[in-house]
Amino acid sequence: MSRLIEADVAIVGGGIVGGSAALFLARAGKKVVLLERDRCGSRASGVNYGGVRRQGRAPQQLPLAQRSHALWGQLPDLIGEDGEYVRSGHLKLARSPQDMAVLEAYAAQVADYGLGLQLLSAHELRQMFPMIGDKAVGGSLCPEDGHANPRLVSPAFSRAATAAGATIIEGAPVSEVEQTSSGFRLRSVAQDLTVTAPVLLNCAGAWSGALAARLGETLPISAAHPLMAVTEPLPAFLPVSIGVEGGGVYGRQVTRGNFIFGGGRGIPHPVSGNAPVPDFARPERGALVNLLQQAAELFPDLAGATIIRSWSGVEAYTPDHEPIIGPSSTIPGLFHACGFSGAGFQTGPAVGAVLADLVMSGQSVTPIAAFSADRFR
Amino acid sequence: MSQSPLPPVVIGAGPAGIRAAVTLARHGLSPILLDESPRPGGQIYRQPPAGPGQRSASELYGFEAAKATAIHQALAPYADRIDYRPDTLVWNVERGALDLLSNGRTATLAYHSLIFATGATDRVLPMPGWTMPGVFTLGGAQIALKAQGCGIGSTVVFLGTGPLLYLIAYQYAKAGATVAAVLDTSAFGLRIKHLPGLLALPKVLAKGLYYTAWLKAYGVPVYTGITPVRAEGNERVASVIWQDSAGRQQHTACDGLGIGYGLRPETQLADMAGCAFSFNPLDRAWLPDRDSAGRSSLAGVYLAGDGAGITGADAAEVGGERAALALLQDQGATIDPSRVAVLEKRMAAFVRFRTALLQAFPLPAARWAETVSDDLVLCRCEEITAGDLRATVRKDQPRDLNRLKALSRIGMGRCQGRMCGAAAAELLAHQHGCAVNDIARIRPQTPIKPIPIGVTPENTP
Repeated sequence: MSRLIEADVAIVGGGIVGGSAALFLARAGKKVVLLERDRCGSRASGVNYGGVRRQGRAPQQLPLAQRSHALWGQLPDLIGEDGEYVRSGHLKLARSPQDMAVLEAYAAQVADYGLGLQLLSAHELRQMFPMIGDKAVGGSLCPEDGHANPRLVSPAFSRAATAAGATIIEGAPVSEVEQTSSGFRLRSVAQDLTVTAPVLLNCAGAWSGALAARLGETLPISAAHPLMAVTEPLPAFLPVSIGVEGGGVYGRQVTRGNFIFGGGRGIPHPVSGNAPVPDFARPERGALVNLLQQAAELFPDLAGATIIRSWSGVEAYTPDHEPIIGPSSTIPGLFHACGFSGAGFQTGPAVGAVLADLVMSGQSVTPIAAFSADRFR
Repeated sequence: MSQSPLPPVVIGAGPAGIRAAVTLARHGLSPILLDESPRPGGQIYRQPPAGPGQRSASELYGFEAAKATAIHQALAPYADRIDYRPDTLVWNVERGALDLLSNGRTATLAYHSLIFATGATDRVLPMPGWTMPGVFTLGGAQIALKAQGCGIGSTVVFLGTGPLLYLIAYQYAKAGATVAAVLDTSAFGLRIKHLPGLLALPKVLAKGLYYTAWLKAYGVPVYTGITPVRAEGNERVASVIWQDSAGRQQHTACDGLGIGYGLRPETQLADMAGCAFSFNPLDRAWLPDRDSAGRSSLAGVYLAGDGAGITGADAAEVGGERAALALLQDQGATIDPSRVAVLEKRMAAFVRFRTALLQAFPLPAARWAETVSDDLVLCRCEEITAGDLRATVRKDQPRDLNRLKALSRIGMGRCQGRMCGAAAAELLAHQHGCAVNDIARIRPQTPIKPIPIGVTPENTP
């Protein structure tokens, strides 16, 4: 039966950003409808690496990351479960003196943001983290950063939003979207559903560029596919989440013992699909073998461990790898929050809160000017 | 179509893969035959490790000794033609190439034509106590006997359903073990009902009847229409509790228990290659689509043997040869049409037999899903219980197995659902009150079996 829902706010995309926005807006008393093409948290938000990290972000992201840090600290109150979130610390390693200099410069640059970074010499690194191999010559530790299980956390935001009164409709790809005199009208043929609302939040991840394009706005969003793998459960050996200056590999060990690590890129799946944004992604052999070698170099003890699975996902990237957050400058009532470029899991909860600010009061408590889509014009 | 410049690749050196490779070689091609095991034969004709103290073929394979020997020796005449690579795991298929692991080295092998002959593993329905020491799958119990030359116990019980139950009981009894009971969940009446179909292969049926009669003659208790209750024991299994067909609780002491409900095809590689799949209600499983010759939905990709649907070892030999002939024909070679007719006729009989067999020995899925208790571990890798799955269903209403996997971890462990997948599917379908084909199938992820982080890449084309 054909349905029409008139809402205050329509959200497209049930990832961690859309779910968080729905949660905060529903709590603020707004009538919210969220349309998710598949299941909430089933794409990039649910299959990412699970790093909950502020260290390494550009300074303009840090106010957002700090706001999110506080939200992560009260996760069970927010979403009703802990999502395996732990503040393990995040250790960024330098593999050369030049890389160490980059870490030192970063620590100086963000000194005022309260990350509590500790620079570690090679000696201190060996003492604190003896499992790290000789490739690392030093590092920078952010003790309060950590990691969580994205498969659990991201769907839980939408579930919490439902509990707070939001209407979440899954299996509802947007077939049509148009501007009307009073806002927006969205149609999902799959659900035989029409939604009207004066406000539209574009939280559609890799599909956000296509959504904006249908409303006549161009966002420079492209899809890419981070590659990750996991070992069988191992005895506890790594108490901290690991990154490397210059990239290449990152890793964390979860409580049950599996070592989850990533680096490099997968490929669209199915390979022959010709949609501009693929439905799924899968690992690529060369990148996977390269990732295994990098992990074995960084953690010599891992050489004998086996990986039991690898995977990839469909994530939205922007040209400068900084997100697009804020009101559209061409279409009133439209807000974008997308293009997190592989680093949106930690900031996701706060981005949802920012979107709620923007809807409720017209402005964000947290500075977001740097993330306007206008920077690409 | 001209002959492909790359040699055809056959995955699996069981009856299907060996017949396929030999057929290709006989027609002048030089196939590559990849196999995970150190010696040819597959699981059904598995050989003990090479070395002293070899048992005779008739000791190892009984009535099937001649077939087993023929399979083992089939490659030798073509040793210069067939590039046979044992101890080689195919861990990935991607964009027209395979990734192989052998001796800690990984290599990529491009293909233009490929025959999947990947075989099968046991289908498991967990019961309380199934993770205890002394409890094995039926296939595992048989491998112990064939490859390791030892049994799973000295007083053993075999429980589940399917013809393998009777064969293994016979093999154990012949090997000197005390078979305390054969416990079949299928009612005897089903065998009578599907007798016409079973008569499609009178010789095979006769063998089955022989095993049954032999068991009876030697006083091995056989019960049909039973319901498993639990396996009990402290350090290891000491007894099996079960309900007879009249609903009375029974207790059978043992020190080894083999459980199995038929076989499930190993389809992950075909899935990863992109073959189209359809649900087969008889197997209660998703099988790769194929025509009567074994052509998959992908050009140049063929399927043979139990890896494409459980039909047994004799059918695997026929299917392997038939798929190889299809490959040859598709590459423009001349093949003998009368041979094709013979193979297709034989295959049709196997299919009729298989259909009757699966109906005579059905998976007791509905009753299992209805009664499985919350504390029963379904996934040994990740220690996921039936209760965990039910809680996930209540919380999130996952409509497919991949969502259930993401939220509960079932199928995320080292077997990627090869062991727990059937049980998870039955339980999820039951919880939703829908058919088991309405909840999709677990997407396999590379590597299909674990590979070491310390693998060394080898730069082969």
